[in-house]
Amino acid sequence: MSELAISVKDLTKNYGARVAVSHATFDVPYGTICGFVGPNGSGKTTTIRMLLGLVRTTGGTGEILGESITHPEKYLPKVGAMIEGPAFYPALSGKENLNVLAALGGFSKERVQPLLEKVGLGDRGNSKFKTYSLGMKQRLGIAAALLPNPKLLVLDEPTNGLDPAGIQEVRELIRDLATDGTTVFVSSHLLSEIEMISEYLVMLREGKVIFYGKTAELLAQQQPVIVAKSKRTTDLKKLLKIAKDSGHSASIIAGAVHVISDSSFAAEFNELAFDAGITLSSLNAVLPTLEETFFEMTGE
Amino acid sequence: MWHVAFSELRKLRRPSLFLGTMGAVIFFSGLFSSLLFLLIDSPQGNGDRGRMIGREILALPSGGVRGFASVGSFLGIIALCVFAAQTAQEYTYGTLRNLLVRQPSRMKILLGKLAAMKIFAIIMVVLAALVSISASILLAPRAKVNTDLWFSAAGKSAILETFVNVIISVIGFGIVGMILGLLFRSPISAISLGVLWLLIVENLLVAVKSNTEKWLPGSNLSAIAQGGTPTLEYKHALIVGAAYVIVGALVAAGLFKRRDVSN
Repeated sequence: MSELAISVKDLTKNYGARVAVSHATFDVPYGTICGFVGPNGSGKTTTIRMLLGLVRTTGGTGEILGESITHPEKYLPKVGAMIEGPAFYPALSGKENLNVLAALGGFSKERVQPLLEKVGLGDRGNSKFKTYSLGMKQRLGIAAALLPNPKLLVLDEPTNGLDPAGIQEVRELIRDLATDGTTVFVSSHLLSEIEMISEYLVMLREGKVIFYGKTAELLAQQQPVIVAKSKRTTDLKKLLKIAKDSGHSASIIAGAVHVISDSSFAAEFNELAFDAGITLSSLNAVLPTLEETFFEMTGE
Repeated sequence: MWHVAFSELRKLRRPSLFLGTMGAVIFFSGLFSSLLFLLIDSPQGNGDRGRMIGREILALPSGGVRGFASVGSFLGIIALCVFAAQTAQEYTYGTLRNLLVRQPSRMKILLGKLAAMKIFAIIMVVLAALVSISASILLAPRAKVNTDLWFSAAGKSAILETFVNVIISVIGFGIVGMILGLLFRSPISAISLGVLWLLIVENLLVAVKSNTEKWLPGSNLSAIAQGGTPTLEYKHALIVGAAYVIVGALVAAGLFKRRDVSN
């Protein structure tokens, strides 16, 4: 049996002349949490839809849980998914919506209430879906994705609309599921969250996979950054010029100058700033975050 | 497929839809049948389009189900609206993607939904029959209509025959609604177009050129409910009605099977 929960090769989707996904190739091992990131319009949702059999592929092959994506009926009973936000029947209650899906999948109705409790909707299960807040709708979507007790869970922006406590709950839920052996494939714009939970990462840009593999390997490949803040914000531009004149790539981000360089330049940078009459309020050498790496790799 | 049907029945039994639809069925079945007897002596007529249906005709074995047969077309329009809405809403709500993840076979989804909606339609027809025939029995003495033959073997046979015809007609209209729902992917568009065509366009065409009635889908499906009309033979109506339904269903099902689900 394959050790990979998801394995795709040269997956392509064209809409007429427009290439939505171009020769995407990546693997996701079993039992891992894999982040799926990319700018808006990079092809993430289209890729997920191809994996779930909602959209025909133009080319390429893929396997989910060891079964070809040309036969979704063989693997979808073991897959839970929430794609592009929760979609339910407004006039039915949360509980009834889950009962509809449970009946469709041949699952026992007895699973519904515990799932509602798990996502924090235990006391609102009988309210109509149209009365739910955005966060509650997201929670119901996650509950629906968990109905089949899935081996693979595909979540598209699961924390959208959730408050910080809710985001933390989802993070813990995903971790618990992975501990139990479920593979989680999660797409999110909250890169800080992805960085916290994902051991694996697939990154898309303009329909192409620009990275797939361990998150730690990606971050280790990035150059360290020196982050310097000046006492006076009016000195930032002068500080930026000093860094660039020293032959380093630099930019101003969030009120600080970020210089692509390892820590060996820190002392020299401090001296150059002092000579220019600039007082630094902080100077640190850090590894770039996933967010910074994402911006650099996708050019966003 | 039966999982899909049970799932669909859960949606169909919600009170606003179920009670609302059955309420309309009860009201209009009672109304159509009552008017048949209450207006029996009216110079404007008591039948469709001002026709006179006299006591001799109502005293025949089929008299008890005349009202029921005449409400068949109206039940068909209700079925068209319900089937169209139940199908198209999966696109507007975005719930189709949930259905397809749980049941990847698109044909099973269509057949399951159709099975459930047929059950709904049969309940509608049974209720309409009960109300219509009860109203007819209650009002016949007041209208001085002899009902002896209604309960004869021929009368019972007429009840069964009309029941089957109305079911065929209603399900035919319902499948047309499903086809419209699949093609237009919007309940409002599907229902508007369906009702506009059946109530206005077809009537206009028949008014302008009466022999078009033989080839129009709504006219033929309505004629099935009535066991045929003076201008449309039952067998012809069955064949033409079936042809429209089968061809439309094949086209819509083919599109549904191949279309990407992008919303």
